[in-house]
Amino acid sequence: MVHFSAEEKAAITGLWGKVHVEEAGGEALGRLLVVYPWTQRFFDNFGNLSSASAIMGNPKVKAHGKKVLTSFGEAIKNMDNLKGSFAKLSELHCDKLHVDPENFRLLGNVLVIILASHFGKEFTPEVQAAWQKLVAGVATALAHKYH
Amino acid sequence: MALSAADRAAVRALWRKLGSNVCIYTTEALERTFASFPATKTYFPHFDLSPGSAQVKAHGKKVADALTLAVAHLDDLPGALSALSDLHALQLRVDPVNFKFLGHCLLVTLARHYPGDFGPAMHASLDKFLSHVSAALASSYRWTPEGVAGPQPPLPRAPESQ
Repeated sequence: MVHFSAEEKAAITGLWGKVHVEEAGGEALGRLLVVYPWTQRFFDNFGNLSSASAIMGNPKVKAHGKKVLTSFGEAIKNMDNLKGSFAKLSELHCDKLHVDPENFRLLGNVLVIILASHFGKEFTPEVQAAWQKLVAGVATALAHKYH
Repeated sequence: MALSAADRAAVRALWRKLGSNVCIYTTEALERTFASFPATKTYFPHFDLSPGSAQVKAHGKKVADALTLAVAHLDDLPGALSALSDLHALQLRVDPVNFKFLGHCLLVTLARHYPGDFGPAMHASLDKFLSHVSAALASSYRWTPEGVAGPQPPLPRAPESQ
Protein backbone atom coordinates (compact mmCIF):
# COMPACT_ATOMS: atom_id res chain seq x y z
CA MET A 1 0.00 0.00 0.00
CA VAL A 2 1.53 3.33 -1.06
CA HIS A 3 1.52 5.93 1.67
CA PHE A 4 1.73 9.62 0.79
CA SER A 5 2.94 12.11 3.36
CA ALA A 6 1.08 15.38 3.82
CA GLU A 7 3.85 17.17 1.91
CA GLU A 8 3.66 14.72 -0.98
CA LYS A 9 -0.11 15.09 -1.19
CA ALA A 10 0.25 18.87 -1.17
CA ALA A 11 2.89 18.73 -3.92
CA ILE A 12 0.56 16.62 -6.04
CA THR A 13 -2.76 18.37 -5.49
CA GLY A 14 -1.12 21.80 -5.62
CA LEU A 15 0.12 21.17 -9.15
CA TRP A 16 -2.94 19.21 -10.28
CA GLY A 17 -5.20 22.18 -9.60
CA LYS A 18 -3.34 24.10 -12.31
CA VAL A 19 -3.27 21.33 -14.91
CA HIS A 20 -5.46 21.74 -17.96
CA VAL A 21 -6.63 18.14 -18.07
CA GLU A 22 -7.91 18.08 -21.63
CA GLU A 23 -4.74 19.58 -23.08
CA ALA A 24 -2.32 17.66 -20.88
CA GLY A 25 -4.12 14.38 -21.50
CA GLY A 26 -3.87 14.75 -25.26
CA GLU A 27 -0.24 15.76 -25.00
CA ALA A 28 0.63 12.83 -22.72
CA LEU A 29 -1.03 10.21 -24.87
CA GLY A 30 0.30 11.81 -28.05
CA ARG A 31 3.87 11.83 -26.79
CA LEU A 32 3.52 8.21 -25.65
CA LEU A 33 2.58 7.23 -29.22
CA VAL A 34 5.40 9.33 -30.72
CA VAL A 35 8.24 8.43 -28.36
CA TYR A 36 7.27 4.75 -27.98
CA PRO A 37 5.69 3.94 -31.35
CA TRP A 38 4.95 0.33 -30.42
CA THR A 39 2.25 1.65 -28.06
CA GLN A 40 0.26 2.47 -31.21
CA ARG A 41 -0.67 -1.22 -31.26
CA PHE A 42 -3.68 -0.44 -29.07
CA PHE A 43 -5.01 2.27 -31.34
CA ASP A 44 -5.41 0.80 -34.83
CA ASN A 45 -8.80 2.44 -35.19
CA PHE A 46 -7.56 5.93 -34.36
CA GLY A 47 -6.92 6.92 -37.96
CA ASN A 48 -3.82 8.86 -38.99
CA LEU A 49 -0.85 8.13 -36.70
CA SER A 50 1.73 8.38 -39.47
CA SER A 51 3.85 11.22 -38.09
CA ALA A 52 4.47 13.14 -34.88
CA SER A 53 2.31 16.05 -36.06
CA ALA A 54 -0.46 13.71 -37.23
CA ILE A 55 -0.46 12.01 -33.84
CA MET A 56 -0.38 15.22 -31.78
CA GLY A 57 -3.21 16.70 -33.89
CA ASN A 58 -5.33 13.54 -34.02
CA PRO A 59 -8.75 14.26 -32.44
CA LYS A 60 -9.18 10.66 -31.23
CA VAL A 61 -5.80 10.82 -29.48
CA LYS A 62 -6.83 14.07 -27.78
CA ALA A 63 -10.20 12.67 -26.72
CA HIS A 64 -8.73 9.49 -25.36
CA GLY A 65 -5.93 11.36 -23.62
CA LYS A 66 -8.53 13.51 -21.88
CA LYS A 67 -10.37 10.36 -20.74
CA VAL A 68 -7.20 8.82 -19.34
CA LEU A 69 -6.11 11.94 -17.50
CA THR A 70 -9.58 12.58 -16.09
CA SER A 71 -9.44 9.12 -14.58
CA PHE A 72 -6.02 9.99 -13.18
CA GLY A 73 -7.59 13.04 -11.56
CA GLU A 74 -10.14 10.84 -9.82
CA ALA A 75 -7.28 8.79 -8.41
CA ILE A 76 -5.68 11.92 -6.99
CA LYS A 77 -8.83 12.36 -4.89
CA ASN A 78 -8.23 8.84 -3.53
CA MET A 79 -4.49 8.65 -3.10
CA ASP A 80 -4.85 6.50 0.00
CA ASN A 81 -6.70 3.81 -1.90
CA LEU A 82 -5.33 3.64 -5.42
CA LYS A 83 -5.84 -0.11 -5.68
CA GLY A 84 -9.51 0.20 -4.75
CA SER A 85 -10.05 3.17 -7.06
CA PHE A 86 -8.54 1.41 -10.06
CA ALA A 87 -9.86 -2.13 -9.47
CA LYS A 88 -12.49 -2.04 -12.21
CA LEU A 89 -10.16 -0.29 -14.68
CA SER A 90 -7.50 -2.88 -13.89
CA GLU A 91 -9.84 -5.71 -14.83
CA LEU A 92 -10.79 -3.87 -18.00
CA HIS A 93 -7.17 -3.30 -19.09
CA CYS A 94 -6.35 -6.97 -18.48
CA ASP A 95 -9.43 -8.82 -19.66
CA LYS A 96 -10.74 -6.65 -22.46
CA LEU A 97 -7.93 -4.34 -23.57
CA HIS A 98 -4.96 -6.70 -23.01
CA VAL A 99 -2.54 -3.89 -22.21
CA ASP A 100 0.92 -4.79 -20.89
CA PRO A 101 1.29 -2.92 -17.57
CA GLU A 102 4.69 -1.67 -18.73
CA ASN A 103 2.67 0.81 -20.80
CA PHE A 104 1.25 2.37 -17.61
CA ARG A 105 4.80 3.05 -16.42
CA LEU A 106 5.74 4.58 -19.77
CA LEU A 107 2.68 6.86 -19.74
CA GLY A 108 3.35 7.86 -16.12
CA ASN A 109 6.88 8.95 -17.00
CA VAL A 110 5.68 10.87 -20.05
CA LEU A 111 3.21 12.69 -17.80
CA VAL A 112 6.03 13.62 -15.39
CA ILE A 113 8.05 15.03 -18.30
CA ILE A 114 5.08 17.10 -19.49
CA LEU A 115 4.56 18.50 -16.00
CA ALA A 116 8.24 19.47 -15.92
CA SER A 117 7.93 21.32 -19.21
CA HIS A 118 4.76 23.15 -18.10
CA PHE A 119 5.75 24.02 -14.55
CA GLY A 120 9.49 24.64 -14.91
CA LYS A 121 10.99 25.96 -11.71
CA GLU A 122 8.00 24.81 -9.67
CA PHE A 123 8.73 21.21 -10.65
CA THR A 124 11.51 20.79 -8.10
CA PRO A 125 13.17 17.44 -7.40
CA GLU A 126 10.92 17.05 -4.33
CA VAL A 127 7.77 17.72 -6.34
CA GLN A 128 8.96 15.32 -9.03
CA ALA A 129 9.61 12.65 -6.39
CA ALA A 130 6.01 12.92 -5.12
CA TRP A 131 4.70 12.60 -8.66
CA GLN A 132 6.96 9.63 -9.46
CA LYS A 133 5.47 7.94 -6.39
CA LEU A 134 1.97 8.69 -7.62
CA VAL A 135 2.49 7.48 -11.18
CA ALA A 136 4.19 4.32 -9.88
CA GLY A 137 1.26 3.78 -7.49
CA VAL A 138 -1.25 4.25 -10.31
CA ALA A 139 0.65 1.86 -12.58
CA THR A 140 0.77 -0.77 -9.83
CA ALA A 141 -2.92 -0.29 -9.03
CA LEU A 142 -3.85 -0.70 -12.70
CA ALA A 143 -1.83 -3.89 -12.86
CA HIS A 144 -3.15 -5.22 -9.57
CA LYS A 145 -6.07 -7.25 -10.96
CA TYR A 146 -4.07 -8.82 -13.76
CA HIS A 147 -4.14 -12.57 -13.89
CA MET B 1 15.52 1.49 -33.25
CA ALA B 2 18.75 2.88 -34.72
CA LEU B 3 19.36 6.63 -34.52
CA SER B 4 18.12 8.20 -37.75
CA ALA B 5 19.81 11.17 -39.38
CA ALA B 6 17.02 13.35 -37.97
CA ASP B 7 17.61 11.98 -34.45
CA ARG B 8 21.32 12.70 -34.69
CA ALA B 9 20.74 16.21 -36.02
CA ALA B 10 18.27 16.94 -33.21
CA VAL B 11 20.59 15.69 -30.46
CA ARG B 12 23.60 17.59 -31.87
CA ALA B 13 21.57 20.80 -32.20
CA LEU B 14 20.33 20.60 -28.63
CA TRP B 15 23.82 19.86 -27.34
CA ARG B 16 25.18 22.92 -29.16
CA LYS B 17 22.48 24.96 -27.46
CA LEU B 18 23.34 23.57 -24.01
CA GLY B 19 26.96 24.57 -24.61
CA SER B 20 29.03 24.61 -21.44
CA ASN B 21 25.93 24.22 -19.25
CA VAL B 22 25.61 20.47 -19.78
CA CYS B 23 27.13 19.76 -16.36
CA ILE B 24 24.53 21.97 -14.65
CA TYR B 25 21.78 19.81 -16.10
CA THR B 26 23.47 16.47 -15.47
CA THR B 27 24.00 17.53 -11.83
CA GLU B 28 20.31 18.41 -11.53
CA ALA B 29 19.43 15.09 -13.18
CA LEU B 30 21.50 13.28 -10.56
CA GLU B 31 19.74 15.19 -7.75
CA ARG B 32 16.37 14.28 -9.25
CA THR B 33 17.40 10.64 -9.59
CA PHE B 34 18.41 10.44 -5.93
CA ALA B 35 15.15 12.13 -4.85
CA SER B 36 12.76 10.08 -7.02
CA PHE B 37 14.57 6.75 -7.04
CA PRO B 38 16.15 6.45 -3.60
CA ALA B 39 17.62 3.00 -4.32
CA THR B 40 20.10 4.74 -6.63
CA LYS B 41 21.70 6.29 -3.56
CA THR B 42 23.00 2.85 -2.58
CA TYR B 43 25.79 3.33 -5.12
CA PHE B 44 26.98 6.49 -3.36
CA PRO B 45 27.32 5.72 0.34
CA HIS B 46 30.59 7.64 0.29
CA PHE B 47 28.98 10.81 -1.08
CA ASP B 48 27.42 13.76 0.65
CA LEU B 49 24.08 13.79 -1.19
CA SER B 50 22.67 16.96 0.40
CA PRO B 51 21.55 19.77 -1.96
CA GLY B 52 24.50 21.62 -3.47
CA SER B 53 26.95 18.84 -2.68
CA ALA B 54 30.34 19.41 -4.30
CA GLN B 55 30.71 15.66 -4.82
CA VAL B 56 27.43 15.45 -6.74
CA LYS B 57 28.49 18.45 -8.85
CA ALA B 58 31.81 16.78 -9.62
CA HIS B 59 30.00 13.61 -10.56
CA GLY B 60 27.58 15.60 -12.71
CA LYS B 61 30.59 16.93 -14.61
CA LYS B 62 31.82 13.37 -15.25
CA VAL B 63 28.41 12.36 -16.59
CA ALA B 64 28.29 15.53 -18.73
CA ASP B 65 31.68 14.79 -20.25
CA ALA B 66 30.62 11.22 -21.03
CA LEU B 67 27.41 12.35 -22.71
CA THR B 68 29.26 15.00 -24.70
CA LEU B 69 31.66 12.29 -25.83
CA ALA B 70 28.66 10.18 -26.84
CA VAL B 71 27.15 13.07 -28.84
CA ALA B 72 30.48 13.43 -30.67
CA HIS B 73 30.39 9.74 -31.62
CA LEU B 74 26.77 9.06 -32.49
CA ASP B 75 27.93 6.76 -35.28
CA ASP B 76 29.71 4.45 -32.88
CA LEU B 77 28.32 4.63 -29.37
CA PRO B 78 29.45 1.14 -28.31
CA GLY B 79 33.01 1.92 -29.40
CA ALA B 80 33.12 5.37 -27.83
CA LEU B 81 31.64 4.14 -24.54
CA SER B 82 33.44 0.79 -24.28
CA ALA B 83 35.83 1.92 -21.54
CA LEU B 84 32.94 3.38 -19.52
CA SER B 85 31.00 0.18 -20.08
CA ASP B 86 33.85 -1.86 -18.67
CA LEU B 87 34.05 0.50 -15.70
CA HIS B 88 30.34 0.22 -14.91
CA ALA B 89 30.21 -3.52 -15.53
CA LEU B 90 33.36 -4.73 -13.90
CA GLN B 91 34.26 -2.20 -11.22
CA LEU B 92 31.22 -0.18 -10.29
CA ARG B 93 28.78 -2.99 -11.04
CA VAL B 94 25.81 -0.65 -11.29
CA ASP B 95 22.61 -2.49 -12.20
CA PRO B 96 21.72 -1.29 -15.71
CA VAL B 97 18.14 -0.46 -14.65
CA ASN B 98 19.61 2.64 -13.04
CA PHE B 99 20.73 4.04 -16.40
CA LYS B 100 17.03 4.30 -17.28
CA PHE B 101 16.28 6.28 -14.12
CA LEU B 102 19.07 8.78 -14.76
CA GLY B 103 18.07 9.02 -18.44
CA HIS B 104 14.46 9.77 -17.46
CA CYS B 105 15.53 12.43 -14.94
CA LEU B 106 17.77 14.03 -17.56
CA LEU B 107 14.73 14.27 -19.87
CA VAL B 108 12.74 15.82 -17.01
CA THR B 109 15.55 18.33 -16.38
CA LEU B 110 15.81 19.32 -20.04
CA ALA B 111 12.01 19.60 -20.36
CA ARG B 112 11.97 21.82 -17.29
CA HIS B 113 14.71 24.16 -18.60
CA TYR B 114 14.01 24.10 -22.34
CA PRO B 115 10.25 23.58 -22.70
CA GLY B 116 10.19 25.42 -26.02
CA ASP B 117 12.78 23.06 -27.49
CA PHE B 118 11.29 19.92 -26.03
CA GLY B 119 8.54 19.10 -28.53
CA PRO B 120 7.46 15.49 -29.16
CA ALA B 121 9.99 14.88 -31.95
CA MET B 122 12.94 16.16 -29.87
CA HIS B 123 11.64 14.18 -26.88
CA ALA B 124 11.61 11.03 -29.03
CA SER B 125 15.12 11.62 -30.44
CA LEU B 126 16.59 12.30 -27.00
CA ASP B 127 14.87 9.29 -25.48
CA LYS B 128 16.27 7.10 -28.25
CA PHE B 129 19.75 8.58 -27.83
CA LEU B 130 19.72 7.95 -24.08
CA SER B 131 18.50 4.35 -24.58
CA HIS B 132 21.38 3.80 -26.97
CA VAL B 133 23.81 5.24 -24.41
CA SER B 134 22.34 2.95 -21.73
CA ALA B 135 22.60 -0.06 -24.02
CA ALA B 136 26.22 0.80 -24.87
CA LEU B 137 27.01 1.17 -21.15
CA ALA B 138 25.43 -2.20 -20.42
CA SER B 139 27.21 -3.96 -23.29
CA SER B 140 30.12 -5.24 -21.17
CA TYR B 141 27.93 -6.69 -18.46
CA ARG B 142 27.81 -10.34 -19.45
CA TRP B 143 31.28 -10.53 -20.88
CA THR B 144 34.01 -11.81 -18.64
CA PRO B 145 37.39 -10.98 -20.09
CA GLU B 146 39.83 -13.85 -19.97
CA GLY B 147 42.37 -13.46 -17.24
CA VAL B 148 39.81 -12.13 -14.75
CA ALA B 149 37.64 -15.19 -14.44
CA GLY B 150 39.07 -17.32 -17.20
CA PRO B 151 37.40 -18.39 -20.46
CA GLN B 152 33.78 -19.39 -20.16
CA PRO B 153 32.84 -23.04 -20.85
CA PRO B 154 30.73 -23.59 -23.99
CA LEU B 155 26.97 -23.81 -23.44
CA PRO B 156 25.77 -27.41 -23.09
CA ARG B 157 24.38 -28.82 -26.32
CA ALA B 158 20.65 -29.58 -26.49
CA PRO B 159 20.17 -33.37 -26.32
CA GLU B 160 19.79 -35.07 -29.71
CA SER B 161 16.13 -35.96 -30.24
CA GLN B 162 15.46 -39.71 -30.44
